[in-house]
Amino acid sequence: MFTENWKELTADQRFAARMEAWANPAVEFESDEVKTRYQERVQLFRDAIELKKPKRVPIAPWMSLFPGLSQGLTAKDTYYDYDKLAEAWMKFHAEYRQDVLAFSINIVPVHVYDALDYRLYDWPGHGVGENSGYQYNEAEYMKADEYDLLINDPSNFWQRFYLPRVIGALEPWATLDPFSDLVEGPMTGPFFIPFGTPPVQEMLKKMMAAGSAALEWIQRFSAMDARAMAAFGLPGFAGGATKAPFDVLGDTLRGTRGLMLDKFRRPEKVLEACERLVPIAIDQGLRACNINRHPMVFIPLHKGADGFLSDADYRKFYWPTLKKVLLGLIDEGIVPLCFAEGGYNERLEAIHDPEIPAGRMVWMFDATNMHEVREHLGGYQCFGGNVPGALITTGNPQGMEDYVRQLIEDVAGEGGFILGSGIVIDEAKPECIKTMIEAGLKYGARV
Amino acid sequence: MTEGLTQAIVDLREDDALAMVDQLLAEGADPMGILDDCKRAMDVIGERFACGEAFIPELMMAGEIMQSISGKLKPHLTSAPSQEKLGVVVIGTVEGDIHHIGKDIVVTMLDIAGFDVVDLGVDVKVAAFVDTAREKRADVIAMSCLLTSAFDAMKRTVAAADEAGIRGSVKLMIGGAPITEQVVAYTGADGYGKDAVGAVELAKQWIGGA
Repeated sequence: MFTENWKELTADQRFAARMEAWANPAVEFESDEVKTRYQERVQLFRDAIELKKPKRVPIAPWMSLFPGLSQGLTAKDTYYDYDKLAEAWMKFHAEYRQDVLAFSINIVPVHVYDALDYRLYDWPGHGVGENSGYQYNEAEYMKADEYDLLINDPSNFWQRFYLPRVIGALEPWATLDPFSDLVEGPMTGPFFIPFGTPPVQEMLKKMMAAGSAALEWIQRFSAMDARAMAAFGLPGFAGGATKAPFDVLGDTLRGTRGLMLDKFRRPEKVLEACERLVPIAIDQGLRACNINRHPMVFIPLHKGADGFLSDADYRKFYWPTLKKVLLGLIDEGIVPLCFAEGGYNERLEAIHDPEIPAGRMVWMFDATNMHEVREHLGGYQCFGGNVPGALITTGNPQGMEDYVRQLIEDVAGEGGFILGSGIVIDEAKPECIKTMIEAGLKYGARV
Repeated sequence: MTEGLTQAIVDLREDDALAMVDQLLAEGADPMGILDDCKRAMDVIGERFACGEAFIPELMMAGEIMQSISGKLKPHLTSAPSQEKLGVVVIGTVEGDIHHIGKDIVVTMLDIAGFDVVDLGVDVKVAAFVDTAREKRADVIAMSCLLTSAFDAMKRTVAAADEAGIRGSVKLMIGGAPITEQVVAYTGADGYGKDAVGAVELAKQWIGGA
C-alpha cells in the first residue's frame, strides 16, 4: 500500500506510514509557508491522537451546509451548483480559521440521486424545502423474515432485495440472478438472459448516467478541496466513512423500530447479522482511506446512544461488533473517528475497553458530560466535540466564548483533545461559529 | 384484574401476553378489565423508563403489544371506552423535519396515559398546528424535531399561536434530541419534554394545573 512490505508491518508502523502520507499530500501548496501551516495542523491532530500535548488544541467543527449558507447560498444551491459552492467554500475558509477543510462528505451528490431516483433520502426539491438539508426516510427496507438472506449472502441480498427497494432505477435488478451463478460456461447464458430485457437495459442506461454524474461530482469536489488545501493549508478530517454493524441494521436495513422489536423477537439473528457485517464495514473504511491516502475514517454512531439500549444490551448487541470494526481498522494503521451523536454518558465504561490500544482512535461527543469523558477516556483515547447545537444556533458570542474557555480549561489540560461541535452544522449564527473558532485559537494555545 | 397479564406485558413476553388475552376473551372476561391490566403494565414500564431501567426498545415493544391487544379487544367493545380523556394533544414533527421515531413514541405514551392524541405526522406546517388545535379545542400543542434547523419552525408556530390568540387555552410543548432550556427560550414555547415520559408528565402537569 504505502510501502512494498505493507503486510509485514506492525499496526504501529502502518499508523506511522499513514500519518506520513497525510502530512505529505500530492498537492501544490501556494507557498512553502502554506505547506508548513498544513503540516503543523496535521501535527496538532497527530499529537492529540497520540495523547501528547499539541502546540495548540486543534479545531474541527463538523461543517455541513453552513459554509454554503453563511455565504448566501440556499441549501439547494449548495448541493446542486458546484460553481457557486466552490466560490463559497473558498470564502468560508478565508473567513473561518478552523484547522480542517469543511466536511464535504456531507454535501451529498444529489445529481447522482436524481439520476437514480434515490429513495433513502429526501433533499431540497425532493421532499424537503430549498433550505433544508438532506433527510433520512427510515423504513423497513429489509423485512423481518429476511435475516437469513442477508446472513447467507450479503452482496446478493443488497443487490437483489435492498437496492431495488431504495433506488427506483435499480428495481429491475430484482430480476437478475446472483453473480455467484457464474461458475461454469453453461451457466453463463442463463445468467445474462435478463440483461437482454428492456427494463434491465433501461436500468443500465440510468446507471451510466448516475456514473457520469458521480464522476463529475468527485472531480469538482476534489478540485474544490485541493484548492482550499493549497491556499489555506487545511487538511481533511477523514478519508472515508463506515458504520457500526448494529447501525447498518438500524439505520439502513430494518429501521429503528424494526430493529428494536427484533431485539426481543429474534435476538440471535440480530447478533449473527451484526457479525456478518463486520468485515464488510472494515473493508469499506479501509478502501476509502487507501484511495484518499488519509489515516482517519469517520464513523457516526446512532442506535447505541443513551436511551436506545440498556447498558447490558449495549454490551451485548452494539459494542462487540463495533469493537471488531475498530480493531480491524486500527490493525491497518487507520484511526477510527467515532462521532457519538446524542448522549453517551452511559457508555463511557463500556467503550473504555482495554483491548483497544491506547492513542489509536478519536471519540467525538455530542450531549455527553465532558468531565465524565475526561474521567473515563483521559490518557486512553483522544476525545473532543460537545459544543452544543443549541448554543451554535440560538446562542450569542459571549455565551460561546465562555463555553469554549470553560471546556478547554476543564478537559484539555492533559492533551488528547480536539475542539469540535456536538452537531453537524447546517444553519447557525455566523458570529457564534466565529467565536467558537477564535476562542479555540485563544484558549487552546494556553493549555 | 389479572396479575398474570399485567406481569407478562411488563416482562415484554409478547406471545404469552397475547395468548392470555385470547384465553380471557374466550372465557368471557370483561374487555375493559383487560384494558385496565394493560394500563397498569404500561404505568410500570413508564416508571422504569423514567428511572433508567427501561429504554426505547422496551417502550416500542410494549407499544407493539398494546396495539395487538387493542386489535383483539376491538370486536368485543360494544362502545368506545368510556374513560374520560385527560385532554387533547395536537402533535407533529415541525415543518422542514421528517423524523418520526421520537414523535411516534410520544404519541404512544400519551395515548396510553389517557390523552386524546391528534397526530399530524411529519413536516407539519405552522397553520396546521394552530388550525387543528383550534378545531379540536386542544389543551396542548406538542412539536417534535431532530434537526437544529427546525428551531425556527417551532418559533414560528409559537408566534402563530400567539397571533391566533389561543395561548390562553393551549400550552406549547417542544421536544427532540437537540432541545434544551435555551431552545425553549429561543422558540418561546412553554416547556419541553426531555423524553417521552417527560412529555407525558409535563402534559399532565399542565392539564392538572389548568
